[in-house]
Amino acid sequence: MLRYIIRRLMISIPLLILASFLCFGLTTAMGDPLGEWKLQKPRTPAEIAAAYERTGYNDPFLERYTNWAGDFVTGDWGESVVPGNAGRSVKEDIGKAFVVTFRLVIVAEIIALLLGMVVGVIGAVRQYSLFDYTATGISFAMFSMPLFCVALILKTGGISLNNWLESIGADRWIITAGPPGDGFKGGFGEQFFQYTGAYILPTISLVVIQFALYSRFQRASMLDTLNADYVRTAQAKGISEARSIFRHAFRNALIPIVTVSSLNFGATVGGAVITETVFGWSGMGKFLVDAITKLEPFQVLGFMMVTAVFIIVFNLVADVLYAFMDPRIRLD
Amino acid sequence: MTDLTTPAVPPAAPTTADKSQFDSSSARKQWQVIARRFLRHRAAVVGVVIFILLVLFAFLGSAFWQYSFTDLGFPRYQNPTADHPFGTDRLGADMVSQTIRGTQFSLQIALVVAFLSTFIGVMLGALAGYKGGWVDTAISRFIDLLLVIPSFIIAAVLVRNSFVASATGSNGGSNWLVVALYLGLIGWLSIARVIRGMVLSLREKEFVEAARALGASTSRIIFRHILPNTVDVIIVNATLAVAQAVLLEAALSFIGLGVHSPDTSLGLMISLNKNELNLHPWLFLIPFVFIVLISLSVNFIGDGLRDAFDPRQKRVKA
Repeated sequence: MLRYIIRRLMISIPLLILASFLCFGLTTAMGDPLGEWKLQKPRTPAEIAAAYERTGYNDPFLERYTNWAGDFVTGDWGESVVPGNAGRSVKEDIGKAFVVTFRLVIVAEIIALLLGMVVGVIGAVRQYSLFDYTATGISFAMFSMPLFCVALILKTGGISLNNWLESIGADRWIITAGPPGDGFKGGFGEQFFQYTGAYILPTISLVVIQFALYSRFQRASMLDTLNADYVRTAQAKGISEARSIFRHAFRNALIPIVTVSSLNFGATVGGAVITETVFGWSGMGKFLVDAITKLEPFQVLGFMMVTAVFIIVFNLVADVLYAFMDPRIRLD
Repeated sequence: MTDLTTPAVPPAAPTTADKSQFDSSSARKQWQVIARRFLRHRAAVVGVVIFILLVLFAFLGSAFWQYSFTDLGFPRYQNPTADHPFGTDRLGADMVSQTIRGTQFSLQIALVVAFLSTFIGVMLGALAGYKGGWVDTAISRFIDLLLVIPSFIIAAVLVRNSFVASATGSNGGSNWLVVALYLGLIGWLSIARVIRGMVLSLREKEFVEAARALGASTSRIIFRHILPNTVDVIIVNATLAVAQAVLLEAALSFIGLGVHSPDTSLGLMISLNKNELNLHPWLFLIPFVFIVLISLSVNFIGDGLRDAFDPRQKRVKA
């Protein structure tokens, strides 16, 4: 097992190198980060030359890549290059964005996973019941809505709720501009009030999508195990229905959903782009969109490296967990 | 093990004429069974009806509707009336004609994406699974690579880059095809993985071995013997890809990396009207409802097809 993990991690090193090289090419192909700045007002040739010198854009493409790669492995992730924004450490900015996204996503993921599992299992055990039809209908509806519309509707609803709260003389509750930058203040009650106000809408909009996925998945895998011969055997031996459902069917039905959720988690670290944009959270997704809009090469590269490592690691976690839960599977 | 449950194969080796006759009749029967099962799935049938209506609305609607999408100059922000059932937008354009055009573009994009991603995914997945060895390694690593590179960067390169614009003739502004190609080119990963997995197990089956022993070429084995066994998965995935493409295109438009004027789409209409939800909610809600209708109907069709193809998922004793 250990050897397998080490080998997988070793394989991913060339993958990372290739991916970063491709990504570097893509950021170059996106356009000149100084293009807009040059057009804003007339610049002297000396100014322009100095700006290009700072970005390193005078060097040939390969040299720029090796420079970046050499710096990256020693812990220097480069700086943003667009003047006016120039000199910001990419590493620090990504660190901040990562913390924001992680806090948001982890809560939503856990809620969606638990909710999806419960609903999926009940839906499978009571297949074609009213509950099953309702849950199926809801998750289909959730699958079919563009996430940004859900988020926008939630946001509008939140603002109306705030206005209503004010009209009855209460405090505004929902915060639609992201969590306060300097943390929550006041006593426990106040902090809780602010915390829920900032988190509730983005969490709901994330849960909506993930829940639909998890509940469908859990229902399908639970149906598979309920139909399996070993569950029928267990019931034929005379164990109780609850025991056959939970000890035999449920445990095996967990295997696919654990895999899916860990793959999913690796991907969501890359940011909930839509949710973050709508609710003004400066997380990873917003970071990427901003970096792409401004054509910042090193920000995009740094983002890619962080998310790539997460995707690779959680892919590996999924495989290891799979082998751990299903002893028939051997990793080697 | 599996032999125990499958019916015995007719022992006599059929002649080619016999064989094709046998094949086509059993195939027809199988498709009839599937069609009957699909028609029993009420939600799926409703989905088909709604989807056909949407297609008719999108592609024939403009011929029957009194206003064109280029007619501006109606009073701006008009509430829905008999003359303008969906009201008018901020430019004074009739929303019905705008919605017809948006639906048309959204459907065009979705169909191109579904076709392209299914085609690439099936080809590469089948190749990787059947060939194995370095071909498999190369394709699988390539999939890993695409998974790791943030797709927004590729979108930004394609949508913004002037070189791509001139190469695809979208210099004049028309870019729906660029968006569709982009979504198709990144959307094939999951279907490729699924097909690869299925082909990996199918290529070890006796019928493939028999075909190989008879000297069938690789392409014949893949296209005539292996892929017909994955057709259910391919069709269901292609259906669901339509729904996904509509939603993805909307999300891209929202971020500003999607379709732009003079082309349009339902997603672009929603994101242009995203601040109207309070004052002129119909401008936001009408394209929203149409997107939901498209993807909901397609999702139900996909679900119905999956159930029709897979007879194992029968009612479970509760």
